[in-house]
Amino acid sequence: MSTLQNALENGIFGVTAEMAPPKGCDFTEQLEVAKLLKGKVHAVNVTDMQSACLKASSLGLCAHLKLNGIEPIIQMTGRDRSRMAIMGDMLAAASFGIDTMLALTGDHTMVGDCKASKPVYDLDSVGILRMLSTMEATGKDCGGNELTSVPKFYKGAVVTPVYEPQILQINKLRQKVDAGAKYIQTQGIFDLDALKRFMEAVDRAGIKTHIMAGIIPLKAAGMAKYMNENVPGIAVPQDMIDRLAAAAAEGKEKGVKGLPAKLGIEMAAEMIAKIKAEGLCDGVHIMAIGAEKNVPTILEKAGIQI
Amino acid sequence: MIITQKKPIEELLGMLDGVKTVGLVGCGSCATACATGGEKEIAELTKVLAQHGIKVVATAMSEYCCMHLKTRTILKPVNAASPDAVIAMSCGDGVQVIAQYCKCPVYPSNNTMFLGESVKLGLFEEACHMCGDCVLGKTGGICPISRCAKSLVNGPCGGSRNGKCEVNPENPCAWIEIYNKLVSLGQEEKIGITREDKGYEKVAYPRTINIRGK
Repeated sequence: MSTLQNALENGIFGVTAEMAPPKGCDFTEQLEVAKLLKGKVHAVNVTDMQSACLKASSLGLCAHLKLNGIEPIIQMTGRDRSRMAIMGDMLAAASFGIDTMLALTGDHTMVGDCKASKPVYDLDSVGILRMLSTMEATGKDCGGNELTSVPKFYKGAVVTPVYEPQILQINKLRQKVDAGAKYIQTQGIFDLDALKRFMEAVDRAGIKTHIMAGIIPLKAAGMAKYMNENVPGIAVPQDMIDRLAAAAAEGKEKGVKGLPAKLGIEMAAEMIAKIKAEGLCDGVHIMAIGAEKNVPTILEKAGIQI
Repeated sequence: MIITQKKPIEELLGMLDGVKTVGLVGCGSCATACATGGEKEIAELTKVLAQHGIKVVATAMSEYCCMHLKTRTILKPVNAASPDAVIAMSCGDGVQVIAQYCKCPVYPSNNTMFLGESVKLGLFEEACHMCGDCVLGKTGGICPISRCAKSLVNGPCGGSRNGKCEVNPENPCAWIEIYNKLVSLGQEEKIGITREDKGYEKVAYPRTINIRGK
């Protein structure tokens, strides 16, 4: 059974982190960072060319992680693959013992770094989940033909809690859950009141799934401002930005480097601790965006042990 | 209609290397509306070609270049003038029909852009991808296949910002528009319909439809 599934279905606070494959073929650095996460998180998401920027494939790093004893979550978008390619990659993933996946529609190629690439979108996130669920239930491939062996995945999806009109996200969440998503990772959350309002809307809609709050440790006020302006669904409150700016000013005065990043770690840990203490979500998903080595510290400060 | 755009003149001249005489064929329907293949554009192109030493020896206008019978008939005087080449000022389909009935090489003066509508004079918007399986009855008359950059059928992605598309912030998110329209029509429940992703069996091209009954 998937380690994440085992945690979430047994009422254990689920913890996942996220990392990206290299823009190249040397995985050494990724594997070193991943080893720091071993035993600290239930699984590690491996992104599938996030922001539509070319990287080595998710399957590649997932296989490396699995071979090194780290549980991977293979992210699978519909942007670059037809349904046949998705199913083929998932069968290959299963052969490595990869048993947990996350379905996404995928950022459009036009927002990425290889704009000439064909945006495929044969299936969206709901379609990917539905195809895999049908495969598991029938033992047949995407064309209705018998498979010689059939994998089973613990399937997840994402949601953007800060979105207007919210009913569209709730509706899509329902479709993802109906299509087989057993756990949901949210876009980065910075405002716990907004998260509460979203969780209430999910409850009102009667959607039953395990929701893991997305946590992005902030590194600087500029990063927060940039994300507010450029990343859909991200809304960092002004007081957090002010605190980061004050930390930068303090560091400058004292000649100490890295104070805003330290504060970001503290703020992330504080949020995680609150989410767990108040029972807001079933777990957290930490997106450290290149600073994955900080994840163990964040979890330690939040008092989270898996 | 089929929306066309003129190719840069340098590109057209590049195709006409060594050509001294041409016939020009315009199209009375879409290309006229797009100002890429009407009488006015034929006159303008005639002048430009003359400046480059290329003589227009015949012109013709088909009411619909895409209709074989009409186009074959209007091409008779063009063929009779025996030009070195013919320039088709139509959509890509018109070019192909014209090319079937000309003895000389046929070159396109336009790029064929999309199936769309004339919103107002000089403004054209894409509105249909000819997917072969129309969903407009469930989406408030707004097409998610052509108006959503990802052609999503199950509602919006998380990429919109302030109701605008992540691909082009000039464009509204089709699914927010669909939702608003369904609400205004009292058909809000349709937003929850789960739709099958479109397969591609219906768009294995080139396609043919025969309603002749034989």
